[in-house]
Amino acid sequence: MKATYYPGCFLQGTAKEYAESILEICKHLNIQLEEVPDWNCCGATAAHSIDHRASIELAGRNLNLAAELPHADMLVPCPMCFNRLKTASFALQGEQKERYHIGLSDSIPAIWDLANFFATEDMLQLMAKQVKKPLDGLKVVCYYGCMAYRPQKITEATDVENPLSMDRIIERLGGTALSWPYKTDCCGAGQVLSRQDMVSRLVGKLYDMAQRVGAQAVVVSCQMCQANLDMYQTSIGVDWGKQFSLPIYFFSELMGLAMDVKGVRKWLARHITNSLSLLNQLGL
Amino acid sequence: MNELEPRFSKSDTLYPDYRLAGELEAFGPFNTQACFQCCKCTNGCPVTFAMDLYPDQVIRLVLIGQRKAVLSCHTIWVCSACKTCTTRCPNEVKITELMDCLKELAIQDGVPCPQPQILTLHETFLDNIKKRGRLFEVSFLPSYLLRSGEFTRKWRQGRWQADAKLGLQMIRKGKFSPFPKRIRGTQDVRRILSPSRREKNSS
Ligand code: SF4
Ligand code: SF4
Repeated sequence: MKATYYPGCFLQGTAKEYAESILEICKHLNIQLEEVPDWNCCGATAAHSIDHRASIELAGRNLNLAAELPHADMLVPCPMCFNRLKTASFALQGEQKERYHIGLSDSIPAIWDLANFFATEDMLQLMAKQVKKPLDGLKVVCYYGCMAYRPQKITEATDVENPLSMDRIIERLGGTALSWPYKTDCCGAGQVLSRQDMVSRLVGKLYDMAQRVGAQAVVVSCQMCQANLDMYQTSIGVDWGKQFSLPIYFFSELMGLAMDVKGVRKWLARHITNSLSLLNQLGL
Repeated sequence: MNELEPRFSKSDTLYPDYRLAGELEAFGPFNTQACFQCCKCTNGCPVTFAMDLYPDQVIRLVLIGQRKAVLSCHTIWVCSACKTCTTRCPNEVKITELMDCLKELAIQDGVPCPQPQILTLHETFLDNIKKRGRLFEVSFLPSYLLRSGEFTRKWRQGRWQADAKLGLQMIRKGKFSPFPKRIRGTQDVRRILSPSRREKNSS
């Protein structure tokens, strides 16, 4: 199949491993991605915080460019971009659309959060057929964060308090996704540069609970959550008086691992918290 | 949080002004008038520990027109925009969206931001994407550190080593892409972001 792809800025920078893993697994599953031509930054937290109109118009420009491609679906790996694109599509079709200096094309594609796309039954079946190295013995918690799900009026998610997309993916890959209460509790990634003290409290709580339910690692679909949970484990451990050592995997990396596509170890080597030794211990 | 001063004492007299909620509604809908003070928003909010006003108090103060209090509070800035409150509110009050609107109004009214580093972060981000149409992290991070004074603060307090170590580790792991791409539509992005077009200015 073919689909439109909106990677977003972070996947061209610090989240390179997320980008590479997505391209590899899509190739493997025979999904051809076509990037939105000349896409721009969606504006992220900064735009919606201090310039509402711009936040809608920046995302709106991308939607109109996406409409130029013939594909029915647009895959969006970054939940922040996903949320902004969905918000713009609602705003530009809603009662207040006259407030904005941009009109919306009537042929925009369906906007998909990437993890939700791979968790559709068709995709799960396609993926299950390709599993060569099941994730035996790997016990994880899936952490969904905020942006792929809230608010449900915008995201159109049905399971907003207890999302399951990544849990389903992990189970199909042969791993164990433990149930835990902090699936959608905010990690504060947007404040990581400005208020590290807040982030330490929010993220420490997640590590602590993940370890208490017996998880060996955390699986995420958001590169901001990934960076936020991956990079400061030592210093957050100091704040909490505990030792935290949890690999933070992108779900796409684990898909790549189980389907035995090339490059997995190279992606994982880019993480700050050691992500390889757990897999070596488990013989994966 | 101890460092935050309480906004009101019990002996303060409040003078309600019911126009503010209506004025804000022009940028909404936020449905503030539907709030029945159940506090569900506050109970699910992950960052109340860093707030001087709880989300339900912001709504209440908007309803009774305490403009200065809501525009100068820390809450609107430390809100992480996680949208838990908006999602759970039984009356469809758009709390998160209102927090954004209040930030924008505070800037327009020239109210000093009590969390200047957070405002600087947003401004640095938007300035960065104006250059090429996309974010370029390699220049964004240092310019934020310099502009916000974080760099000097960390240097003075001798707290820079951990950051420098992390930065080096990231460079070694190839996390940064040193070559930015400038999109053809950079002018569109600049036009969209030009200050004269801000919603709260034009009305
Ligand atoms: S959850 Fe809604 S109704 Fe309840 S206090 Fe908050 S804003 Fe008001
Ligand atoms: S959006 Fe802001 S106010 Fe609402 S729950 Fe999240 S942090 Fe709290």
